[in-house]
Amino acid sequence: MPLRLTPSDHALLNGEGGAAAAFAMQILTAFSRAVGAEALLDISQAHIDGCLYHGQVSLDFVERLVASGGRVRVPTTLNVGAIDLIHPELIRLSSPAQEPARRLMKAHEELGCEPSFTCAPYQTRFRPSFGDQLAWGESNAIVFANSVIGARTNRYGDFIDLCCAMTGRAPAWGLHLDAPRLGQMLFQLTGFPASLEPTDGLYVAIGLLVGSLSGDRIPVIDGLPAPPNEDLLKALGAAAASSGAVGLFHAVGITPEAATRRGAFGGRAPEATITITPADVTRALQQLSTVPDGSPVTAICLGTPHFSRNEWNRLMPLLRQVAPGRAIPIYVNTGRATLSDLEREELLTEFRGHNLVVVTDTCTYLTPILERMDGTVMTNSGKWAHYAPGNLGVQVAFGDLEDCVASAAAGHVVRGRPW
Amino acid sequence: MVIAAQSYAAGDAEGLALVLAAPLSFWGGVDVETGRVIDHSHPDLGQLITGRVLVMPGGRGSSSASSVFAESIRRGTGPVGIILAIPDPILTVGALVAQSLYALRCPVVVCSIEGLITGRYVRVRTTADGVAEVFSDDGD
Repeated sequence: MPLRLTPSDHALLNGEGGAAAAFAMQILTAFSRAVGAEALLDISQAHIDGCLYHGQVSLDFVERLVASGGRVRVPTTLNVGAIDLIHPELIRLSSPAQEPARRLMKAHEELGCEPSFTCAPYQTRFRPSFGDQLAWGESNAIVFANSVIGARTNRYGDFIDLCCAMTGRAPAWGLHLDAPRLGQMLFQLTGFPASLEPTDGLYVAIGLLVGSLSGDRIPVIDGLPAPPNEDLLKALGAAAASSGAVGLFHAVGITPEAATRRGAFGGRAPEATITITPADVTRALQQLSTVPDGSPVTAICLGTPHFSRNEWNRLMPLLRQVAPGRAIPIYVNTGRATLSDLEREELLTEFRGHNLVVVTDTCTYLTPILERMDGTVMTNSGKWAHYAPGNLGVQVAFGDLEDCVASAAAGHVVRGRPW
Repeated sequence: MVIAAQSYAAGDAEGLALVLAAPLSFWGGVDVETGRVIDHSHPDLGQLITGRVLVMPGGRGSSSASSVFAESIRRGTGPVGIILAIPDPILTVGALVAQSLYALRCPVVVCSIEGLITGRYVRVRTTADGVAEVFSDDGD
């Protein structure tokens, strides 16, 4: 079936909404034909992963839209850029090297995008609701919106997310529709004790395993202990979208489209079943660390994806209790909206003595921020641990948040319990 | 040999075919400064794609590949055309963006790629909206 456009789609294509919307619609229709969509549908918001500079073409594309008077047609949030605009002194790049990256972030604002600069738009006032149709970029945000909220987006990215925002339309295909959202592959946790606790490590390990084994099938996870909050689901999704291309997972009894296992599969049998044992979890976590326990640490990196308010509430008592001192910096990436709430409540002043470095608008694995790159960095993020050795060339130790803070105090990798 | 094809990004191109054994992601897979395949897990690691008509089973990988592909066209280090066995939205968008911004055409077409052989002369031609032809030298 060829792509059918509505009269208003044709009007945008013909320039009745301005040159920028016509340009965006031209690219969107070509993309939609290539994925085999038969129509476009309305979206209620977009999240743009275009603020990271991949070369001159990144900037030229946005400047073309700005120059032709373009404005986004739906509420549109922005993902991280390469610069912390609130704490620019943290970025270890020369001013000339920062210029195009800074302009790229600013140019997106000129299109009417919200200067959110966060990879966790679901933590902001733009958080979508169940069933909303979206065009989101950024892999962790996509998997969170689909899985944890039950909103609907495909894995959009470069150029096309912005074309959706400029037209308010997306191809009616894939995860926007009902049937492609049903589970296809079962991951069954087996052999775990009934007292299994929902820890950072467990959720990250399950995410990594599901990501690397799902391929292009929709995974359903059965047997997870209920998480105390959505941060562990964020961590699981981010890990699954790092080790693989997962855009949607279901967790039976936990996520909104998986009240029951049968429901998650739409009544069909799983196409494949994979059992996950405690040994699989241990192996996945051991592989995530590139150094043995006891290795000296030079930094702690938290907040990939951006630290939520709830995660701050978990961290602050740990800092008070463990009082790690000034030797090892603790970097925390967080959204600028979350930071301004913390500052308004004056919650961070008491931690000035702990070498706490708050990073907004970007992330410590994307841009040169760390003071020392010669040692081991400890993190409770599966995503950070997955990408940082390749991006930054650092050694990584993965641990639960409690272990990260304890290691900052000890100066080397310590664990409350072995994997 | 003439093969009927569907055109996803229009244009005309000619050059020597480079047939890849596996799909290639431009992001993390191609160095835009040198035009070489740098993905260590790819069977064609080290091959130069600059100026070639790239033939592969499909696209692969991160959506950032759109930017890297478009950037390679802008720098002149990319292929002159791409022939795929199945459509790929990420490469289609990259070609369209380069065409719109720089008036540089790198056609992306889809057809049967059996019979296309590395090193043989290939020509791609868009004949009508969405329709293309691929001519391949039979090598005699």
